[in-house]
Amino acid sequence: MVQKQQLPITSEDYQRRLLMDRSVPGRTGVSLPALDVPEQPLPGTGMLRDDLELPEVSEGEVVRYFTNISQLNFSIDTNFYPLGSCTMKYNPRVNEATASLPGLAQLHPRQSPEQAQGALELLHGLQEYLKEVTGMQGCGLVPLAGAHGELSGILMMRAYHMANGGSHRRKMLIPDTAHGTNPASAAMGGFDVVAIPSDADGNMDMEALRREATDDLAGVMFTQPTTLGLFDTHVVEMCRIIHEAGGLVYGDGANMNAILGRVKLADLGFDVVHLNLHKTFSTPHGGGGPGAGPVCVNERLLPFLPEPVISVEKSSDGNRYVFSRPTQSIGRLGGFFGSFGVLVRAYTYITLLGGQGMLDISGNAVLNANYLKEQLRGYFDLPYDRICMHEVVFSAKLHSGVKALDVAKRLLDFGFHAPTMYFPLVVDEALMIEPTETESKETMDAFAEALRRIDDEAANDPDFLHAAPHSTPVSRLDEAKAARQPYLRWRPD
Amino acid sequence: MLQAIGVGSVDDLFQDIPAEFRNPELNMPAPLSEMEVLQELQRLSERNLYPGRYTSFLGAGVYRHFTPSVVSALVSRGEYLTSYTPYQAEASQGTLQSTFEFQTMSSQIMGMEVANAGMYDGATSLAEAALMACRVTQRGRVAIVDTVAPNYAEVVRTYAEPQGIEVYTVSSSVRELEPDTACLLVQSPNFFGHLEDVGGLTDVAHNHGALMCTSADPVAMSMFKSPGAYGVDIATAEGQALGVPPSFGGPYVGIFTCKQEFFRQMPGRIAGRTTDTQGRTGYVLTLQTREQHIRRERATSNICTSTALIGLMATIYVACMGKQGLRRVAELCYHKAHYAAGQIAEIPGYSLPMEDTFFQEFVVRCPRPPAEINAALQDRGIIGGLDISDLTPNGMLVCVTEVNSRREIDSLVSALKEIG
Repeated sequence: MVQKQQLPITSEDYQRRLLMDRSVPGRTGVSLPALDVPEQPLPGTGMLRDDLELPEVSEGEVVRYFTNISQLNFSIDTNFYPLGSCTMKYNPRVNEATASLPGLAQLHPRQSPEQAQGALELLHGLQEYLKEVTGMQGCGLVPLAGAHGELSGILMMRAYHMANGGSHRRKMLIPDTAHGTNPASAAMGGFDVVAIPSDADGNMDMEALRREATDDLAGVMFTQPTTLGLFDTHVVEMCRIIHEAGGLVYGDGANMNAILGRVKLADLGFDVVHLNLHKTFSTPHGGGGPGAGPVCVNERLLPFLPEPVISVEKSSDGNRYVFSRPTQSIGRLGGFFGSFGVLVRAYTYITLLGGQGMLDISGNAVLNANYLKEQLRGYFDLPYDRICMHEVVFSAKLHSGVKALDVAKRLLDFGFHAPTMYFPLVVDEALMIEPTETESKETMDAFAEALRRIDDEAANDPDFLHAAPHSTPVSRLDEAKAARQPYLRWRPD
Repeated sequence: MLQAIGVGSVDDLFQDIPAEFRNPELNMPAPLSEMEVLQELQRLSERNLYPGRYTSFLGAGVYRHFTPSVVSALVSRGEYLTSYTPYQAEASQGTLQSTFEFQTMSSQIMGMEVANAGMYDGATSLAEAALMACRVTQRGRVAIVDTVAPNYAEVVRTYAEPQGIEVYTVSSSVRELEPDTACLLVQSPNFFGHLEDVGGLTDVAHNHGALMCTSADPVAMSMFKSPGAYGVDIATAEGQALGVPPSFGGPYVGIFTCKQEFFRQMPGRIAGRTTDTQGRTGYVLTLQTREQHIRRERATSNICTSTALIGLMATIYVACMGKQGLRRVAELCYHKAHYAAGQIAEIPGYSLPMEDTFFQEFVVRCPRPPAEINAALQDRGIIGGLDISDLTPNGMLVCVTEVNSRREIDSLVSALKEIG
């Protein structure tokens, strides 16, 4: 009798084999031109290398491999992605078209400013737009991501205090709701971090703030709206207290889509704010970057902006754009002038939407979040029951034994990306939901329906929930094992 | 929707904003149609003078190489382009598996044991390497060789000095380091295109109990001995040369690799292989207790991004090239650059002031200020080398890669002869 043999390979296994597992000696995925100059003498073999192993695969195989594994991802293009604080909204494709124009994508950063006037005009225009939406006096486009923008803001605050006899000002106040990058950035600037609690309404605790506003105060890092999705109504008073104590106010612009055109952070008293172009201005997240985190500053911090900024020299034969170094610049933060390709995308988006579009962004972001909040009222705890801004934070505490993690994982089975969970830290079993401004009522209704069904499952079949997700390419992964036995690159089995 | 919320208008949702600051004047232009936006960006694009329309011999840290068409076709897939950082591993295996490939490729090219998921760029990678060396050694000074690219050296200072770390400069023939030195930073090929004695400098660093940190061009690493072969502790690189367009300076990706013994001090994201509840292989972000969202002010760095999409671009480029293709690219660059250098050296008044082995870039001493020569070259449709007369008299840094044909090189040579 012929024994039924197990297939040597399933399509799933095949799909997951790594490039090195597919390597066949002699294969390549590229054709390169012949050498068209006489061969030149090589250096001694002592300098040369013969041990570099790289995959040897055909072009067709490269395409099939990367196409197949791409389909294991959720993305905005395929799924609703209500990831709080991350602003996963639609990324218009015109952004991609403009960023790949040859005069922008092929432009070399070592070319002279005279050869790059179009690029400098664009960068200058973006600086002006970002100054206008924040109400600030200056803008530096150099920071390469949000956290990099924080670092540059922190370094400017430090430089300001050093220049004004405040080298003893080492204390940086950061609310307990803040993103983890805030304290990490403050530490990289050499500051000591002091956490400030939130009050019962989700605003910053003003008593705690007053207590810490001592003469060693460097400033505060504050996210407005906060990561609770709330507009902190103490903000003007907070800025006044900090300023009276000689400190500066840093604004984390992660949630700017909630307030674009509705209020300017400079008017409220902020001294410096960074913007996440990959959130607010629709540049794609790319699975974790590249981003861009320009910083905008008021007059006090203008001399400290990172190098370079773009200025304009006006004359009778037209504008000439030049790079300049602010007088007391904190220096260079990256190789060149920022994530230019990302800056082009953001400039494209702002040009497309115009001033009215800024109001539409914030209006729709806040409308959608409040609508979704009402759809889910009663199904999950609402620790701060106020009008929310662009996102709403629930607590998944209604059913005992059911965790935010279970809800988040089960949502994947419904084809919805999970909300941000366990953040902010001040809310137990937090589910932070940001529908964003580009989602329709129908999508949000479907999402709310999925959550209501999950709530029903939590009551009736909690085990099924604990085992979710059931339909993704892999089930829950063993993170403890990954950390305990680090397996960080391909190796031959 | 307003009814469901129980408010009369969208404006009512903004009542928490103090009235005196609400709805400020916003001085921004009216919206444009997509067609008009494309026309406007086309205008800005065409205001630039760019390689393609012009022959270019610029390098200095950013290198033009041929990129197979599949690279942009694959990275523009929405599943890669529009996904988030892979916190939800079950819904992000594509990003995580390709990140794991990036780490494999980075470690192989650098000849190192482990790599992270990527940094912002080459300059910030070197700066983070310096900070990491200070954490590992618990020392507070950083030595940097004076042939490291000036923009890199500046970024190292911007990062290090606020943390109380002193940065000092040494020559590439240094034999003694100052006390309390955490690391020696070296670039090879260096800013001037030449290979440094990485092995000798590694011994200098190690003899002082300091770590050796390097920055490299990854394409050169397919031809020349890797940092790993010299015993380097932390090896970084600018990943741009691996299929990433120059794009006026970014976005790029920083390659960050180190010895196994130090990996828990690495900054940034790291993908790791594990299994799911059914025993299937899968990937997750791992060793997250180093990171800012867990450790806050005690994190190894504040970085969140891994510049994943650019890392993916580099990974697909290397996959297409493979072992032979990448070596072939390096050899084409080497031979063409040496051919060009030989031809230029024969022009009366021009010379090559540096004698060490170089890869694809070299310094030319010009008979007059390079700015004048570059202006005359531009009239002939050529973007000349980088003017480095601030670093070496009448110095021009010329780069030749496989995209420069012999005809282009010969036309540069005849133009220089004419200009004199």
